Amino acid sequence: MSLAASTTAAETGAIASNGARKALQRHRIAETFTAWSLAGPALVFLVTLFFLPVFAVFAIALTDWQFGASTLSFVGFSNFKEVFADEGFRASFVNTILYVVIVVPGTIILGLAIALLIESGKSMRTFYRAIHFLPFMATLTAMAIAWEALLHPTIGLINQTLVTLGIPTANWLRDEDTVLSVLAAIGIWQNLGYAMVLFLAGLKSIPQDLYDAADIDGADMWLDRLRTVTLPMLGPVTMFVFIVVALRAFETFDTVQVLTQGGPGHSSEMLLYTLYRESFQYLRTGYGSSVAVVFLIIVVALTLIQARVMDKKVHYQ
Amino acid sequence: MSTSEPRGLTVPAAITRHTVLLITGALILIPFVWMVSLSIKPPGEIFRASFSFWPQQFYGIENYTRALTEAPLPQYMLNGIIVCGSIVILQVIVCAPAAYALAKLDFPGKNLLFAMVLIALILPHEVLSLPLFILGYQIGILNTYGALIFPYIVSPFGIFLFRQFFKTIPDDVVHAARLDGLSELGIVWKIMVPMALPAIIAFGIFSVVGHWNSLFWPLIAVRDQNLMPPPLGIMAFKNEEAGNDYGPLMAASTIVVAPLIIAFLSAQKWFVEGLTGGAVK
Repeated sequence: MSLAASTTAAETGAIASNGARKALQRHRIAETFTAWSLAGPALVFLVTLFFLPVFAVFAIALTDWQFGASTLSFVGFSNFKEVFADEGFRASFVNTILYVVIVVPGTIILGLAIALLIESGKSMRTFYRAIHFLPFMATLTAMAIAWEALLHPTIGLINQTLVTLGIPTANWLRDEDTVLSVLAAIGIWQNLGYAMVLFLAGLKSIPQDLYDAADIDGADMWLDRLRTVTLPMLGPVTMFVFIVVALRAFETFDTVQVLTQGGPGHSSEMLLYTLYRESFQYLRTGYGSSVAVVFLIIVVALTLIQARVMDKKVHYQ
Repeated sequence: MSTSEPRGLTVPAAITRHTVLLITGALILIPFVWMVSLSIKPPGEIFRASFSFWPQQFYGIENYTRALTEAPLPQYMLNGIIVCGSIVILQVIVCAPAAYALAKLDFPGKNLLFAMVLIALILPHEVLSLPLFILGYQIGILNTYGALIFPYIVSPFGIFLFRQFFKTIPDDVVHAARLDGLSELGIVWKIMVPMALPAIIAFGIFSVVGHWNSLFWPLIAVRDQNLMPPPLGIMAFKNEEAGNDYGPLMAASTIVVAPLIIAFLSAQKWFVEGLTGGAVK
């Protein structure tokens, strides 16, 4: 029996005749078979490209296996002990946190400010949005090279400007005290357009009635409206932006790889760069996998927080 | 205008708005502008360090010629197109039927499958790189286009997004198609995908931009210069050229960044939607 015919049988078969029930059952089996054959390729690839690898990372992190070795033995958490005892990793961990702590508020504040400014008027909205969004989709590897030229100690535009203004200059990417801040500034530059776009969407979804009500309540100053209506209503969006930008900041790799290679010393080393270098340059698979597990735990934790927050948003709005 | 209109701006406020946004916009654009400026300057002028955007001696032709001939930049761009194109096509082929099953069919294991999609969606791809590298090594495809493509054959985000969109298509449409004698796979490709075209395009942009810009996995997967996608290629070019030959390097950077910028400026709405992953509605 064709699937189409069985569907009609299922629908019109309110009378629970034996034939109809059998048809329904056959229809169910057919539907199950169809569904799994449609989803089959995706399932196979999800398992081989996501689930087996993630189990493998945990397995490798708990053994002394080295890439290319034919034997391995279970070593428990000794890889993790080694990782956390390593000064390089600790520096990398602290740097990543510091970087995130600078980039997230910087991105949110600037993104929000620009979104408010754009939304406050009607003219040239698309133009301003486009300009501020540009860095988010430009190839970061290439833009990092442009930033390197800007930051060049002698011929870079930044130091030239500072010299002209009589402000002391720095060798931004070679100085332990400035390098992480400079990378963070590039991170903010890249992400603020993304935050801006999300805030713009949030601003659009605030009902005009609320502003009208605020007007009647005497909130006629722009700042009053911002404080009593706009900012509270942007709460959920802000939380969403917070997590997404934090995730992106944790996953920073390109600028470190292109501009600093983690240096000078360990002063700009970040987790993903450590993961890459240990796993693929030094081929320390156990160590690299332990870093991957630490990284995974942070990212999954952040994502779960986000999921809970988004859930709350749905419930309370 | 009058202040009684709720969202209207007074003239001084409007002027302030434009001034601030033009300044922040200009600051944002500095790296792009400086990149293009250096790409048309001769070495002498680059090292004389002036503020002027336009060079006294136009050196663009020399710089861009060197960028295109000394590094296999056209090859990098072609690699980028081949890899991004293959990825996005494979992703749609694999994800759309699965999304249809999740959205429109009822079967045992459906919730489990959807849970797997959600879990895979959370996993940061870089964490999987070592096992994927080993897998690529085992099946012998490291240092080929296949190595750059295979980790991305299935996109959990794609399945998720398509499922959301397919769910909004009425069941009657599916029933009607079945009565017309269309197979289930036929329904996916002849009914669902065309009706979900906005979602497919948004996803396509998300996927292409992400993989065009990606450095991490290509750095691991290929060593051969002739296989490098643009970000990896331009990094290799920088290392070979020993950094300070800025003219050709900036020309190469400009060429790598240009296609996406041009595409973005001509289809801004689509890009914003695609890159914010449906968060903007």
